Amino acid sequence: MSKAPILKTFTLLYLAFLYAPILLLPIFAFNDSKVVAFPLQGLTLQWFRELFADQNLQIALKNSLIIALSVSTLSTILGIFAARSSVRYKWKGKGPVLGLIMLPLVLPEMIAAMALLVVLLSLGIQLSLFTIILGQVLICTPFAVAILTSAFQSLDRSLEEASMDLGETQMSTFRLIVLPLVMPGILASFLITFTISFDEFIIANFLGSGKPVLSVYIFGQFRFPAKVPAMLALGTILVVFSICLLAIAEYFRRRGIARTGGKDSGGFL
Amino acid sequence: MAQTNSSEAKSGWLLISPPAIYAGLLLAAPLATVVIYSVLTGGSGGSVGLPVTAENYAAIVEKPIYGAILWRSLYISLLVTLVTVVLAYPVAYFVSFHVKPVRKSLWLFMITIPFWTSYIIRVSLWFVILGYDGIVDQTLISLGILDHQLNIASYGVPAIIIILAHAYAPFAVLPIFVSLEKVDRSLLEAGQDLGESRWMTFLRVTLPLSIPGVIAAVLIVFIPTVGDYVTPKLVGDGKVPMIANLIETQLLKLRDFAQGSALAVVSMVMVGLVSVVLVMVSKRMAGGSK
Repeated sequence: MSKAPILKTFTLLYLAFLYAPILLLPIFAFNDSKVVAFPLQGLTLQWFRELFADQNLQIALKNSLIIALSVSTLSTILGIFAARSSVRYKWKGKGPVLGLIMLPLVLPEMIAAMALLVVLLSLGIQLSLFTIILGQVLICTPFAVAILTSAFQSLDRSLEEASMDLGETQMSTFRLIVLPLVMPGILASFLITFTISFDEFIIANFLGSGKPVLSVYIFGQFRFPAKVPAMLALGTILVVFSICLLAIAEYFRRRGIARTGGKDSGGFL
Repeated sequence: MAQTNSSEAKSGWLLISPPAIYAGLLLAAPLATVVIYSVLTGGSGGSVGLPVTAENYAAIVEKPIYGAILWRSLYISLLVTLVTVVLAYPVAYFVSFHVKPVRKSLWLFMITIPFWTSYIIRVSLWFVILGYDGIVDQTLISLGILDHQLNIASYGVPAIIIILAHAYAPFAVLPIFVSLEKVDRSLLEAGQDLGESRWMTFLRVTLPLSIPGVIAAVLIVFIPTVGDYVTPKLVGDGKVPMIANLIETQLLKLRDFAQGSALAVVSMVMVGLVSVVLVMVSKRMAGGSK
């Protein structure tokens, strides 16, 4: 491992570059100064108190949670359908249909959002939390399909056949054998789509007609220098929250692989 | 046998229909609508109507502002892609070749964590760091190094490139890593046994074999950066708009659905064409170094 000191140094510098902005979050979230600058001025919890007293933030947070829960549930369900269909069954036209479902991964998000917005406005549909959910499910489903496809792929087909031979129906086999085995994948998909939805900005901003949603709220607050320290405090909480969710998702993903006897082939995506 | 096949196809179709119908209604249909709108005549307040016209596309060619913004989006995203992929390759290489197998997941997890934290917060933090009276300005002034604000975030294109290269960095590492993992290690030993230097083995064996990952990394960075909305909106108070900002202005501020749709179609076609060219160039490079 010590054979490549230059590469290792480069990688560590790269990590430092990646983490630099995020490391500033906790440093200035506890800094006792309205001005975000070095040298530091001592510890305070003032910014966190300011956050908890903010009514608008609470509304935005509630809206974001409603959206993220709906989006992660819906896109994971759609992902189960798509992954099961593509892994287990042979049918014509699989390529184009799956291509369409996965298209949001390679389509600039703004284009998808604007196309949907044009249709919604032309049909005269009122923008609301519901329209945000509609749009985000579109963006999140490909991630769910990707995670669940690998979960279904590592499933041993002979287990299903054995269950059918022993007299179970297709439905009961799915419920008793398949579902428990892919459950870790389902949980990972749920957590990851939750995180994506929770952080998502473009759709939340354009398909929500100014409805207070967390990402839109944060975007607005950063414009006011006086609000920045409180936003850094909020950012700190969100980063810790995201890391916890992802660590849990990673745990389930690995357990899923271990359970079906597969080999670990890397992290997310 | 034929029966099983048709029942299998039926089950497959039945299962795929919910996500397929969803994507059809909320993605394919809106995209088709945009294509149709782009050749209609735009009216006031977001209305579109007959006659069918090519005027919206003609305007994109004729008005220099459209061309300038499309061109800017293209070269910014190409530069970001280049910077991101060139920086990511050695990192992916290090993790794949010099990290013990049990610890690879941990390294990848470390690299991907920043990507999973709010994009809005990451981008906004750069303004806290680089912006007017930001951390860089304040710190340099309070240390007596500077007597005025640098306000690096207002520098336009370079600021956009720094911020986007940071935002999309983790995207590039993963696909390159995956393709490097697939490189058969015995080939490398063979190369060195046959007297190739380490560096030549890399150039002639490892690099060509990892090109699929590089292509994936290029596309995965290029596509979202072309359409990035937030960073150009914030940098220099939106005075250096990119495509996404232009489309927003046309659709929502000017309420010209026809012109906005034409811009969306042109940018989609541009993204598609450039992606195809990038894939071809990368493949040529892989073939050429054999």
